Amino acid sequence: MGKYIVLAALLLAYPTFVGDFFTFQIGAYALLLGTVALSLQVLGGYGGMVSLSQLTVAGIAGYTVAILGDNTTNVMGLGWPWWCVVTAAIAIAAIAASLIGAISVRTEGIYTIMITLAIAVSFFYFVRQNYPVFNGFTGLAGVEPPRFGALYLRDPAPFYYLSLAIAAVFFWAVRYERHATFGLALQAIRDNPRRMAALGYNVPLHRVAAHALAGVIAGTAGVALVWFNGRISPGTVGVDVAIDILIIAVIGGMRHPIGPFIGALVFVLLENFAIDLIDRERFNTVIGLCFLAIVFLSPDGLLGLFDKARQAVRADTPKPQEPRKHPDKLHHNR
Amino acid sequence: MSKRNLLATVAALSAFGLNAAQAESLKMGALATLEGAFTALGEDGMRGVQLAINEFGGTAGGREIELITGSSDASPDSAIRATRRLVEQDGVQILVGPLSGSEGLAVRDYAKTQPDVTFVNGSSAAQDTTLRDPSDNFFRFSTDGAQWMAGLGEYTLNEKGYESIAIIAEDYSFPYSLVFGFLEPYCRLGGQAKVEDRFWVPIGNKDYSSVIASLPDDVDALFVGLGGADAVNFLTQYEQAGGELPLVAGSITVDQTVLGSKGRTRDFVIGTPSASPISDTWDDPRWAAFVASYQAEFPDGFPSPSIFAHAYYVNTKAALLALDEVGGDLSDGGANYRTALSNLSFETPTGMVSLDARRNAIADIFLTEVIEGPDGNLVNDTVKVTSQVSQTFGLEYEEFLEYGVVGRDNPSCS
Repeated sequence: MGKYIVLAALLLAYPTFVGDFFTFQIGAYALLLGTVALSLQVLGGYGGMVSLSQLTVAGIAGYTVAILGDNTTNVMGLGWPWWCVVTAAIAIAAIAASLIGAISVRTEGIYTIMITLAIAVSFFYFVRQNYPVFNGFTGLAGVEPPRFGALYLRDPAPFYYLSLAIAAVFFWAVRYERHATFGLALQAIRDNPRRMAALGYNVPLHRVAAHALAGVIAGTAGVALVWFNGRISPGTVGVDVAIDILIIAVIGGMRHPIGPFIGALVFVLLENFAIDLIDRERFNTVIGLCFLAIVFLSPDGLLGLFDKARQAVRADTPKPQEPRKHPDKLHHNR
Repeated sequence: MSKRNLLATVAALSAFGLNAAQAESLKMGALATLEGAFTALGEDGMRGVQLAINEFGGTAGGREIELITGSSDASPDSAIRATRRLVEQDGVQILVGPLSGSEGLAVRDYAKTQPDVTFVNGSSAAQDTTLRDPSDNFFRFSTDGAQWMAGLGEYTLNEKGYESIAIIAEDYSFPYSLVFGFLEPYCRLGGQAKVEDRFWVPIGNKDYSSVIASLPDDVDALFVGLGGADAVNFLTQYEQAGGELPLVAGSITVDQTVLGSKGRTRDFVIGTPSASPISDTWDDPRWAAFVASYQAEFPDGFPSPSIFAHAYYVNTKAALLALDEVGGDLSDGGANYRTALSNLSFETPTGMVSLDARRNAIADIFLTEVIEGPDGNLVNDTVKVTSQVSQTFGLEYEEFLEYGVVGRDNPSCS
């Protein structure tokens, strides 16, 4: 518990130490990308379903905001009040996520990845080719977050705290869910779906529910992301970005909800500063090599690396080292 | 810490009676597509920036230029991310870029939120970046896609005699401008370009077999408005599929970024007419000097500078010339600097350039045809120069707006 209080204090005080760019473009962006990756961690880490369509769900929420709210593109922009827009966006994202879940839950492993990848690709091409509603390649620009008097939500510090609030709420929700009945059942289904079905659990329903929960998480992050960018276009929901979300979750570590946020921070820092490390024709190689190194050194992501370091320190004591058990496995929680 | 040192140095120098502004370097950003289908184009754009800065000896207005580069992948989102980083983190006061049309529209919108930063275009050439709803601090010393086509529509119909044409181009704002500029005179003079014979493909498309299969056979020619890797891929596949239609090319399709690539398309594109802000073989000392310095500086560049090297060079040079004019002084948030930019009129490798009321360039455009050069490289041969093409084709602003926003079906050509 103590470490979370320290972490919370650090995160709350962060904008006072750094400039606007680090507050907004690094801090807030990492928190939001981390939240999208968190929704993948729920599905992948607890549910055993690796989905590549979490960014698509966030994108559906983002497009909903741009279409139902205001934009300056002269395409759609129905001008609903912001709270209606946000509620509708998150609801539509959750419904879309449930539908994706309904399509994909009867598959396993690589087939789930294939189906969700296909959904991500088709959504990308759909919005790129649809002009009357989504305005094609150029997308919808001029999306504004709500104003509360003098408080403008896209100013760096307010937006950072909004992102932090979203990230924190879902972080705790996911952390709680891990030990709640639903979360335990989900993890049990991950480990042995046939046995759970024999025990009388409705396996597909639990999985669809996990998709819906992940949809709420990704959708909320998607609303904040469209406010962050002020615009949304097919590039926002492209396959490369969808795979970035998987990369974030994997380099961070899928075991614990803190993993996606660590991954997102590393990802955002590399994306912004790799070009300063090496000449401008080669910086993507540096990014790739860093990810490769992380996964090579620790299949468990940065979290695993952290655990290894801690174990190495403890190994000095003469006590024999017990093989580390998977902390998420059901028997651990008995 | 280094900032404090710099301040101390500046203070010390001022004490000796030197102007503080002379000692402090000036941060300038350059943004181009160093990722994705337009990578080769972006790299050549950066060469153009470097050429202009070297020409000034690395200083303008008495201040040393500190160049900071950013990269995008031709999507508006990536351009905004990179621009934000350059402006908000690196603190550049002048930004040169971006490269691609829809990026330009996005950066123009972002420019409105940063009134103290001056944005000078790279090579983005979407019409609406400066035509509708322009930003006071966004300048384009390179021309737009519709301007680039000056003279081509008339030439295709009257000289080449192609009376009907199919179109393949990328599906975003710049090729819309390009196709509009080509079709406006072509259709007005009686050429046929049915809306169902226009094929719009996404940027970065690799497989053109379905488009090639559905190209009509009852047209006289094919207009290709693809850039970079897309153009190379399409031309290769069209040749392999036994395509026989004569080609008419949008500027970037027969640019050095495509002609200079190693491939089998060589003979296939010889004789293709196009129009462009540059012509590889223009017999003019200003152009010859530019090509010579490009070749000397970048032996591993293209055989001759591309449209992108040229556009970035012209825009960077404008930014530096105006800096000279205000003595490097941007302390008023750049207001004087932007006035100097607006009034700038200068010699470029392709003739005089000046700006209109919406800060878009008025410049010469070249009608060209692809030939094999003396050293075996493919180059564009100058057919005709159209002098001082304006964004509104010489019409009044209000009158020009009646053409409507460029898009897939504009002009409808019926």
